[in-house]
Amino acid sequence: MPLVLTEEQSMLRDSARGLISDKAPVAHLRQLRDSRDADGFSRALWKTFAEMGFAGLLVPEKFGGSGLGNVEAGVLMEEIGRTLMPSPFFATAVLGTSALLRGGNATQQSAYLPKIADGSLLAALAVDEHAKHRPLQVSLQAVRSGNGFRLIGTKTFVVDGHIADLLIVAARSAGSAGERNGLTLFLVDPKSKGIAIERTAMVDSHNAARITFDNVEVTADSVLGEIDQGADLLEGVLNIGRGAVASEMIGLSEEVFGRTVTYLKERKQFGKLIGEFQALQHRAAQLYIDIEITRAAVLKALQALDQDAGKAGAAVAVAKARAGTTATLAVQEGVQMHGGMGMTDQFDIGFFMKRARVCQELFGDSNYHADQLARGRGY
Amino acid sequence: MPDLDQFRRETRAWLEANCPPEMRKPVMRDEDVFWGGRNTTFVSEAQKVWFERMRDKGWTVPDWPKQYGGGGLDGAEAKVLREEMAAIGARPPLSSFGIWMLGPALLKYGTDAQKAEHLPKITAGLIRWCQGYSEPNAGSDLASLQTRAESDGDDFIINGQKIWTSYANYADWIFCLVRTDPTAKKHDGISFILFDMTSKGVSTKPILLISGKSPFCETFFDNVRVPKSHVVGTVNRGWDVAKYLLQHERAMISGLGDRSVGRPLGQIAADSVGSDAQGRLDDAMLRGQIAAFEVDEAALACAAERAIDLAKAGQGHPAFSSAMKYYGTELNKRRYEILMSAGGADALEWESERSKQGARPRAWLRTKANSIEGGTSEVMLGIVAKRILDLPGA
Ligand SMILES: Cc1cc2nc3c(=O)[nH]c(=O)nc-3n(C[C@H](O)[C@H](O)[C@H](O)COP(=O)(O)OP(=O)(O)OC[C@H]3O[C@@H](n4cnc5c(N)ncnc54)[C@H](O)[C@@H]3O)c2cc1C
Repeated sequence: MPLVLTEEQSMLRDSARGLISDKAPVAHLRQLRDSRDADGFSRALWKTFAEMGFAGLLVPEKFGGSGLGNVEAGVLMEEIGRTLMPSPFFATAVLGTSALLRGGNATQQSAYLPKIADGSLLAALAVDEHAKHRPLQVSLQAVRSGNGFRLIGTKTFVVDGHIADLLIVAARSAGSAGERNGLTLFLVDPKSKGIAIERTAMVDSHNAARITFDNVEVTADSVLGEIDQGADLLEGVLNIGRGAVASEMIGLSEEVFGRTVTYLKERKQFGKLIGEFQALQHRAAQLYIDIEITRAAVLKALQALDQDAGKAGAAVAVAKARAGTTATLAVQEGVQMHGGMGMTDQFDIGFFMKRARVCQELFGDSNYHADQLARGRGY
Repeated sequence: MPDLDQFRRETRAWLEANCPPEMRKPVMRDEDVFWGGRNTTFVSEAQKVWFERMRDKGWTVPDWPKQYGGGGLDGAEAKVLREEMAAIGARPPLSSFGIWMLGPALLKYGTDAQKAEHLPKITAGLIRWCQGYSEPNAGSDLASLQTRAESDGDDFIINGQKIWTSYANYADWIFCLVRTDPTAKKHDGISFILFDMTSKGVSTKPILLISGKSPFCETFFDNVRVPKSHVVGTVNRGWDVAKYLLQHERAMISGLGDRSVGRPLGQIAADSVGSDAQGRLDDAMLRGQIAAFEVDEAALACAAERAIDLAKAGQGHPAFSSAMKYYGTELNKRRYEILMSAGGADALEWESERSKQGARPRAWLRTKANSIEGGTSEVMLGIVAKRILDLPGA
């Protein structure tokens, strides 16, 4: 498969870019932050996303969606990364949809997927429990009780956790932390008794929450996929999410890079444009090369996910590891080359640095994925 | 060196008896730094007591002459005091641009009257200084600064704008670079002048940093009248003073990292990452990065010690502080990248009580300025290439 976007995918990119750059430039995020918006995103814009078929991008047509794949989701994420738009797209349209598609039975799919596609249902995936992403370490307990289960434990860093209408919760129904066996995913109504949700204000002004489950009763119907055998399902959904975050980081990196190159052509010191200094030229050229290499790795991973998500692990690890280091480099160079200006809140570049840090951490940082690659190759 | 051993014993005993336990903990918040000045307050009794005891001993600035409130220590004694303070983790009793920057310049270029007027107020923490160097169009190219000082009898009338002036809104006085001869070549028409920030025509406007804090300002001068006697050094030769001061500023910035974190990085990381059965950090890649960092940090500390000793021995290169500034600030940025990585999702919280109002990410963002303030890393490397390596065209 050629590692270039098809004509349809390019058109999708253009329409997404048109909408997002018009309705949600960085000023949109700034405004949400400064007004301490309770939702942390624009519901009106999410409605537009639904109308344009973006909310249901991955939802099959029979459930009212667009029936597209991970490459297309990546195209959207990249545009979201360019303006740092806070959007339910990642948690709902990518993670929520993928979890239901891959793990859901017919009843679950027809209950939720149409609502995701029409924009009326927001989802969140609750996995992490500690500072670092270690999915197999899940220890939130699912204790059998009657026909169902009781959930006991705490989740952190749940993207969109405080606005979700549906929580997808990774729990331990058997075995102990660290084991593959014994993980189960549950579909949980966030209004259930015993759930306490604390929105956590994050460095990047995007949505995240801590969620405590205090003996939350769930029925057997709410199990997504197989009891105790949820590790593969979870891993597949996480990989899809990692591909999406990597795409966001590509968009973010390119945007920071573009702004920085523009500045090199505008700012004068010593009677010259600073872009005339070879020390900066070479670093700009290196960053360009770095981004191009990462972009190729990310597209490869997205295509691999579309072909066979179960076999895409290594490609995804490469993509997410690279995207993390590339985005980190891009924002660091961006701030440094803007001098004092880059350190001010009034200037947008700092927003990119903050978001890049969160994306790096989300679903495993560069170290985690390099380690995954090493394990996968048997060393 | 029996005298020095004696001095060490006495110093250790004195510090033990006089440094309050609270002042032996690492500084975690901006507010815990005591900057002095007219409007200052102490955040705790311990901070006050520690400052006053050190001031009375002359040890807010141990190596300045006693007549100005310094400790009159020679190089070897000052080093012993630094070592003994470090050994118990004692905080600096007073932080100030007066100590780090203006004082050394005054000692070299100031008149007796200027020294007698300003140095005692620095050592006693009575006056807080800010630095009026950078302008919107004069950052790396500092010498192209445009703030004008026009002669009017015994005074200069100053007009113009500075930017990035750290703590200008808290400072009592400013040391400022102004253009006194607009017709001369750019380095030759600059003067170094001191004035009170409450002078008529001075105003400041805080700038918000990406860390969400506001430690610096735009500073405006509108017909500010300053006596010519406030010029340090010769009129139109201010660049010499400015450069000399920058050497001290850069040496100071290069060492900023040391005191911000108390425990070894790897142990801080273990809090959130965990350890394996052998007690190793449970993230092999991160462990390697931390160990490599600590090697470099230990080596830098040796270089910093040596730089001071070389300077005291008259063997230092005047531009070496640029080398140290480059390495020290890049290292401090690395330290905070590691701390963010170690803290994972916990280190991304921005406002909660749990995260001490986002102390770590805010500190991380603040370090990004280290390689910009006091001259950028690019400028430091340029200085090393030109002044130490003597490379052609540099
Ligand atoms: C937190 C903070 C506190 C500060 N406090 C003070 C203060 O108290 N008083 C004060 O006067 N100033 C202060 N400054 C200002 C600081 O000294 C300047 O920001 C700095 O000198 C850079 O100038 P600039 O911001 O104009 O960047 P520019 O000079 O515009 O630089 C932009 C980029 O171009 C690069 N560049 C410029 N020239 C060259 C070259 N020849 N070769 C290669 N690269 C080059 C720079 O390295 C940088 O990456 C502070 C700055 C910060 C961030």
